[in-house]
Amino acid sequence: MIRIRTLAGSAAAFALSAAGALADPALIFDLGGKFDKSFNEAAYNGAQRWVQETGGSYKELEMQSEAQREQALRRLAETGANPIVMTGFAFGDVLNEVAPDYPDTRFAIIDAVVEQPNVRSVIFSEHQGSYLVGMMAAMASKSGTVGFVGGMDIPLIRKFACGYAQGVKAVKPDATVVINMTGTTPAAWADPVKGAELARSQISQGADVIYAAAGSTGLGVLQAAADENILSIGVDSNQNHLHPGKVLTSMIKRVDIAVHDAFAAGAAIETGTVLADLKGDGVGYALDEHNAALVTAEMKAAVDEAAARIKSGETPVHDYMTDNTCPAASF
Amino acid sequence: MNAMPGWADAIVVPLISVLIAFAISSGVILAIGESPVEAMTLMVTGALGSSYGWGYTLYYATNFIFTGLAVAVAFHAGLFNIGGEGQATLGGLGVALACLFVPWPHWSLALIGAMAAGAAFGALWAALPGWLQARRGSHVVITTIMFNFIAAAVLNYVLVNVLRPTGSMDPATARFPGATNLPTLGEILGAIGIPFSRSTPANVSLFVALAACVAVWLLIWRTRAGYEIRAFGKSDRAAVYAGISPVRITMLAMLVSGALAGLMAINNVMGEAERLMLNAVEGAGFIGIAVALMGRSHPFGVLLAALLFGFLYQGGAELALWTSIPRELITVIQALVILFTGALDNMVRQPVEALFLRLRKGAK
Repeated sequence: MIRIRTLAGSAAAFALSAAGALADPALIFDLGGKFDKSFNEAAYNGAQRWVQETGGSYKELEMQSEAQREQALRRLAETGANPIVMTGFAFGDVLNEVAPDYPDTRFAIIDAVVEQPNVRSVIFSEHQGSYLVGMMAAMASKSGTVGFVGGMDIPLIRKFACGYAQGVKAVKPDATVVINMTGTTPAAWADPVKGAELARSQISQGADVIYAAAGSTGLGVLQAAADENILSIGVDSNQNHLHPGKVLTSMIKRVDIAVHDAFAAGAAIETGTVLADLKGDGVGYALDEHNAALVTAEMKAAVDEAAARIKSGETPVHDYMTDNTCPAASF
Repeated sequence: MNAMPGWADAIVVPLISVLIAFAISSGVILAIGESPVEAMTLMVTGALGSSYGWGYTLYYATNFIFTGLAVAVAFHAGLFNIGGEGQATLGGLGVALACLFVPWPHWSLALIGAMAAGAAFGALWAALPGWLQARRGSHVVITTIMFNFIAAAVLNYVLVNVLRPTGSMDPATARFPGATNLPTLGEILGAIGIPFSRSTPANVSLFVALAACVAVWLLIWRTRAGYEIRAFGKSDRAAVYAGISPVRITMLAMLVSGALAGLMAINNVMGEAERLMLNAVEGAGFIGIAVALMGRSHPFGVLLAALLFGFLYQGGAELALWTSIPRELITVIQALVILFTGALDNMVRQPVEALFLRLRKGAK
């Protein structure tokens, strides 16, 4: 594992922080853990790619509890880190308070919109990517029942579920989509045991493809699916390699690109809201050697065609968060 | 009994325990391949080297004063209240309700109202285990720790289903109205001409905490109720013989203890976050146990121990930020402090007592 370069010695750290000249970028991971092989790890990979390209160094912090967010943000801003990138909607409110106190620092937040002049908000069209993997799930399913395991029950995760259900119904209108959420608090992002239990319960209801959008909880879902010899669908990062031949595909959300771009732009990062959708390759499905045998040519052709129609606007995919309703699933 | 003077009992013994704890922690730091000297310098500069560091140190210390006093009051009655975490959680709910639903004209009135609500909710949460102990003999250690879990679940339910503003995904209440925002230490000191970082959460609650120290001292050593609490704590049967009602004293001690823990919420919920979120207490209820043990249940000792733990907390955050030493190392130091001041107290006390006895003989 590559170890992140930290500043050499505390003395250097102080010399720099006292002068306020530490222009390194910083990355804050929200609850769920850096190595969740999913959302946070995608951010980590983006930062690592930037390190490899530029040889630069950056600071990173991992949240342990909800109440630390503000101190973490302020501390990094105080030391002069710029830009400061954070993953997760939960930073939205805190950032809205902190950003005006540091007008010379640029911030980037993923999955939330913060209306401040020095903030770049990156949001993704997860419903579009989920629609595509939903189509694949429906085509791969023999039982006509597919599952969805979400992390924390929030509109954002319902947006994933809703897109997925629409994709499933587009292929098989009479298919059943079983939807479960792991919990109502951020602890739901890091509970693989419960994830596995939910997956098993869905399997007993007949599901033979299960899509997990639940941070590291999803690892339990993928594991249970592999153990029970059914297919699963990964999320955010490409998770196909976790159980080769058992993971149908992964709904990729290019958090890594968002972090990489923010780091590469440095202090000159453009602010405002950025929408990463299917058209801009912000979301998509993963195809590699680990799932090549699972994805038939017919499946790929159908999904690629649908993707083209979504990009052109011919097939609109309903976004749950626009009106908190879903035409294809009920919560 | 009086082998050594009071100051030695209150200062020297805890100090030696802390030094031993630090020595062992240095060994742990060495073992994970970092320099203990560098780590210590980093902690000291990070926590005390700037007004920013002081701001956070004092903010954490304020939390620990409240929870430390809460545990100390219960200790005096011979009760081990380890439910400070849950009582402070419920106190936070009380403070949040007071701040959100009462249109306060000024922060000072809001503070008084929030204090009343926080203390009432905290006291209520301690009253149930207290009543079960007093009337049913259900051990307060078991019930208070179970009430911590219930409190966490209650907060979870309330934040997710009741107080979360529509359209928000984060399980937290809305921001409190501006009139309830407490002046920070930076603003107070700035007003009298002392420059102090304005971006730290230390606030006027610190003075409430100091006042609480005095109030607890007055209660325990200067009132009849305090005398009864101490008598009951020393020997419950003797206290009953002296006509002290065990039910009344148990309830009183638990109510005061819970109220003090609940008061903590004016610092972390009203002063810092200005909204109520999950895990707002951040373990301060448990650290209060260490603080009370180290401070020998005396308000002044609690104050000093709270400052030490405030330093450890802020220094630990700095460690986690600048080195690869995890923040959890502070938990190790904290656990060692509890081990030496609580469980292995006599290991330090007896040699020190022996030393004082020898000194005294030498003087004669």
